[in-house]
Amino acid sequence: MSAPQPQPVVEVRGLGRTFDVSRPWLNRVLERQPKAFLKAAQDITFAIDKGETFALVGESGSGKSTVAKLVVGLLEASAGEVRIDGIDMRRQTPSSAAMRDLRRRIQMIFQDPYASLNPRWRVDRIIAEPIRAFGLEHSRQAIAARVGELLELVRLHPRDGQKYPHEFSGGQRQRICIARALASRPEFLVCDEPTSALDVSVQAQILNLMRDLQDEFGLTYLFISHDLAVVRHMARRIGVMYLGRLVEIAASGDLFARPQHPYTRMLMEAIPDLTMSGRPRRAVEGEIPNPISPPSGCTFHPRCPLANDRCRREMPRLGRANAGSSTVACHAVEEGRADAGP
Amino acid sequence: MTQIPLLSVKNLRVEFPTRHGVLTAIDGISFSLREGEVLGVVGESGAGKSLTGAAVIGLLEPPGRIAGGEIRLKGERIDTLSPAALRRVRGKRIGMVFQDPLTSLNPLFTIGDQIIETIMTHLPVSEVEARKRAIALLEEVGIPAAAQRLSAYPHQFSGGMRQRVVIALALCAEPELVIADEPTTALDVSVQAQIIHLLQRICRDHRTAVMLITHDMGVIAETADRVAVMYSGRIAEIGPVRHVIAKPRHPYTVGLMGAIPTLSGDQQRLTQIPGAMPRLDAIPDGCAFNPRCARAFDRCRQERPNLMPAGEGEAACWLVDPAEGTTGEGETA
Repeated sequence: MSAPQPQPVVEVRGLGRTFDVSRPWLNRVLERQPKAFLKAAQDITFAIDKGETFALVGESGSGKSTVAKLVVGLLEASAGEVRIDGIDMRRQTPSSAAMRDLRRRIQMIFQDPYASLNPRWRVDRIIAEPIRAFGLEHSRQAIAARVGELLELVRLHPRDGQKYPHEFSGGQRQRICIARALASRPEFLVCDEPTSALDVSVQAQILNLMRDLQDEFGLTYLFISHDLAVVRHMARRIGVMYLGRLVEIAASGDLFARPQHPYTRMLMEAIPDLTMSGRPRRAVEGEIPNPISPPSGCTFHPRCPLANDRCRREMPRLGRANAGSSTVACHAVEEGRADAGP
Repeated sequence: MTQIPLLSVKNLRVEFPTRHGVLTAIDGISFSLREGEVLGVVGESGAGKSLTGAAVIGLLEPPGRIAGGEIRLKGERIDTLSPAALRRVRGKRIGMVFQDPLTSLNPLFTIGDQIIETIMTHLPVSEVEARKRAIALLEEVGIPAAAQRLSAYPHQFSGGMRQRVVIALALCAEPELVIADEPTTALDVSVQAQIIHLLQRICRDHRTAVMLITHDMGVIAETADRVAVMYSGRIAEIGPVRHVIAKPRHPYTVGLMGAIPTLSGDQQRLTQIPGAMPRLDAIPDGCAFNPRCARAFDRCRQERPNLMPAGEGEAACWLVDPAEGTTGEGETA
């Protein structure tokens, strides 16, 4: 940590969310079942610097999207805090001016561009909505001009504003979503699987566009994806999630060169290899357990080749790993048992 | 050693009559598969890859219909068979694995019922033998405690386990060919790797040929012997996997390969193919790719190229036509 530390824009500390997934009261009484809870996210802590892309990866059910919704405030946290520029979002009253300004500065891009645009609205009205809602422009002409500018920014034609969402392809719709997200001049964008619904050639267009926009406006991204290659391409730092917890956070290069956590290693080995280096692949054991009744201790232990008694009893916490920039939540790494294996 | 390929498709055309005229979804494609070979069929959505699979196994959804060409299984025409005769081929000689394992299993029957029924439909065995075979199959696809799991319903399995059951179902009658349509797309990466390994191992053990339809080039690279790249209802390029990935000849394949982010992280920018695949009612004249192709010239806009030899494979591109004097290797860096 020799370089001067840039101010983190986003600080997430001990963030958690629990969902009540109990059966209805009468069923519980008749069937003598206890209440059931699903811990979708637990003890999530990370910080994102200005202009940086931080990515969360994980398989389905690992809690990535829950974290995204918690960070933008679409879900209320059960524990922990989210600070944007040092302002704690949970302490603010929802209607306060500070909160209003925060909302303008945080925008979100969703996975499915077919579901996230109102089919009854013309594109110019969709993009103008944040401008009107936050009172950024007032006259009709100014709003129209700004909408045209935004459409050009995402490489669409200003005339496209006259059309309805169904007239566009998936990639174009995602551009419209990006234009809408940029309309309020945000600083921080939360992108939840922005290209998962798109074909590779269109995905490349959108990823390139997102990087260009980041360079142009100094945007900060929280990028959520299940695709390690996409994350590798986009992010400077990456957090790996498993069953609602962060198991490893590392700089992108370190994570791929020296994955520390056994789960991260397993993920790396599972990716199909395009270069066909003939690298031998170990078959991955097992599947993600049911999050309602997660395993004791480290939740990864039933699938982990390095698990021992301590792993079955005690939940590991994120700690600095011996090498590089990584922080890892693993007893085996902490005790140096991980390096003995291949 | 037979000279006849296991599956041979010649000039297959699939059309959809609509109110606004006939749409040609598959426009004269030809390919063949040898016994035990894995052919990857890759392309973006709308390229016609799933339709090709559906046409081969005779499961085109009406109003879609085969409008031309022929499909031969071991030399015997199967596209002209009666529905009843085709039903005997389907399941018995050609197995099918669909993308979504939840919708390809009947939720109201136990998986044992479904597998035993399928075995007894296609093979002349008693129920006791069928049950034994079902247990052996489930063990082979890696389902623990197979005998007990026979009485479980599909919803009691996880996604990966369900896909294993579907693979067991496809293999019930020892088919010669399995058509797998996006078998891993609905699964997580760690489970995806398991399923790919399973498919590979089982098909090698049984000498079953596989037509693996997917949009994921990585899956193809790991699994297939040859790959056909589809674009706009035609095969743009076909050849040995290593060759197509390392030295693609068709500009579309070149663009597609460059658009995939790699794990080495050495790409500053991804290659961008401008625009999108044309809609079926607006396929341009000449080569369907010409409006998006940086290297298109006049001939590409007028004349439609057919597959011609290019390196170890074939590409449908005028750039590889010896008459044009180019090698098509210019931009394959």
